[in-house]
Amino acid sequence: MEHTDTAEPSRRDFLYIATGAVGAVGAGALAWPFIHQMNPDASALALASIEVDVSAVEVGQSITVVWRGKPVFIRQRTEKEIAEATEVPIADLPDQFARNANLEEGADASDANRASTGKEAWLVMVGVCTHLGCVPLGESGDFGGWFCPCHGSHYDTAGRIRKGPAPENMLVPPYKFSGDDVVVIG
Amino acid sequence: MAGHSTYEPQNAGAKWLERRLPVLSLVHGSFVAFPTPKNLNYWWTFGGIAFFVLVVQLITGIVLVMHYTPNDALAFASVEHIMRDVNYGWLMRYLHSNGASMFFFAVYIHIFRGMYYGSYKEPREIAWILGVLLFFLMVLTAFMGYVLPWGQMSLWGATVITSLFSAVPVVGEAITTWLWGGFAVGNPTLNRFFSLHYLLPFVILGVVMLHIWAFHVAGNNNPVGVDPKSDKDTVPFHPYYTLKDLFAIVVFMILFSWFVFYLPNYLGHADNYIPANPMVTPAHIVPEWFLLPFYAILRAITFDIGPIPSKLGGVIAMGGAIAILFVLPWLDTSKVRSANYRPVYRFFFWLFFFTTIMLGWLGSKPAEQPYIAWIQFFTVLYFAHFLIVLPVLGLIETPRKVPDSINDAVLGKSSDAA
Repeated sequence: MEHTDTAEPSRRDFLYIATGAVGAVGAGALAWPFIHQMNPDASALALASIEVDVSAVEVGQSITVVWRGKPVFIRQRTEKEIAEATEVPIADLPDQFARNANLEEGADASDANRASTGKEAWLVMVGVCTHLGCVPLGESGDFGGWFCPCHGSHYDTAGRIRKGPAPENMLVPPYKFSGDDVVVIG
Repeated sequence: MAGHSTYEPQNAGAKWLERRLPVLSLVHGSFVAFPTPKNLNYWWTFGGIAFFVLVVQLITGIVLVMHYTPNDALAFASVEHIMRDVNYGWLMRYLHSNGASMFFFAVYIHIFRGMYYGSYKEPREIAWILGVLLFFLMVLTAFMGYVLPWGQMSLWGATVITSLFSAVPVVGEAITTWLWGGFAVGNPTLNRFFSLHYLLPFVILGVVMLHIWAFHVAGNNNPVGVDPKSDKDTVPFHPYYTLKDLFAIVVFMILFSWFVFYLPNYLGHADNYIPANPMVTPAHIVPEWFLLPFYAILRAITFDIGPIPSKLGGVIAMGGAIAILFVLPWLDTSKVRSANYRPVYRFFFWLFFFTTIMLGWLGSKPAEQPYIAWIQFFTVLYFAHFLIVLPVLGLIETPRKVPDSINDAVLGKSSDAA
């Protein structure tokens, strides 16, 4: 105890603090593996890419495929659905960003930015409600798009949130059309 | 109040142990000779009942793990295996699944008893805070346990609740991915929930010991809310309350057995007998009944509050509904403990009770009008009870005269007569 009473910090004080500091850094470094082991493992991270044949999907039909353990909706929309989605002013949307992984971040949520480039009838998006992760039901809700039964989020025909607790439009995953009838997701 | 133990070891073995580890005198002082107010009513037995159910959950849980397989491809079938093949497996599982409901039922009565009689007030704040912590640990444990059978409600309940964390700004997505161990609830999630579901009940057991220790320092509160002043006010814990608690436990077992043997699935959800399917969400997701009031509050915030989006607002409101209980001892400004002597508080206590029942009922309803509006109404009442009623009431309410001692109250020398 006495050495702490002296005005000048002693060599021993320095050693105490240095030892404690090294110990704290070591404990922190050791904690990381125990935390990080819970993150997605190598097998989950191996980014799966899937090819989907959509030739059988007629106008007004949709299919659900699995990508990274999540459902992805692929829908060939009707003229009416496209028209409804195009007519909405972007200023009226709760989320005004496209949320399209194929576009630059910050692109606006116009129908063209949500749909497949050059194939506006096709809508490809991760079928997970941005509220709390449920799978919305198709062709339902107040806007003729999707409705999440869990907490009542309504999405329009471009998969944009219009009413309810969800904060964002449904995510458009990275994908491209390879040929006319094949979609490559991931 | 804890009193010094008068324990004298009687035989050579006990004397030998006492000199080395005085555990016998600790037990004697805490659960045999412990001076306990002589006027405790049956509402005071629910702490012992809750402890009994905790032991039931530990024993049946350890047995179930001997037959259960925590793997997303095998879990559902292993639960069916327990139900159909394992000797008395159906009994173990129904005891465990209904035991969770019984545990919450007993603990809710225990909590409301503490609120009615002001058991959280000075000097029992730490006992109360540990109790709220126990309740929170119970919620976590029950939630993870419900995931293990890997039915539709397991998967989607887990998805909804873990997705709550995605509401956290900036790091929300990273937190949910970390909780899941993937990009959706899956096998890694099931495995870690199983691990923690086994761990947490033992943590609960440890905190229960601290909880008992904390209120044994001050001694039990009682229906009069006046601390014991002499030996005339107390009786030894054993045999008076050991037997009273045991009798109450036996009566409680009748209720417990009624569910286990006659209505084993009444408190569950039929959808959880459908194997988990990550592609299809059930039309109507509801948590177990004991979480419904909090689920209702989650859904109350349908609007943005300034910079806080509604999703985060709902999560904050739900967390706040539990968190506010931690500071209850400092929100209630009245010095009078028992609601028996607080006529206005008694009205608001029952209003609060009614509020939680209504929130529970509304929490089971679809997210539509008019339910949403009613949920918002009762959510306001819930928080107003803590933030407005309790602080203000202590300042303006005129309590009835409190008896001088427990003995006076028991002998009918009520304040009105005096």
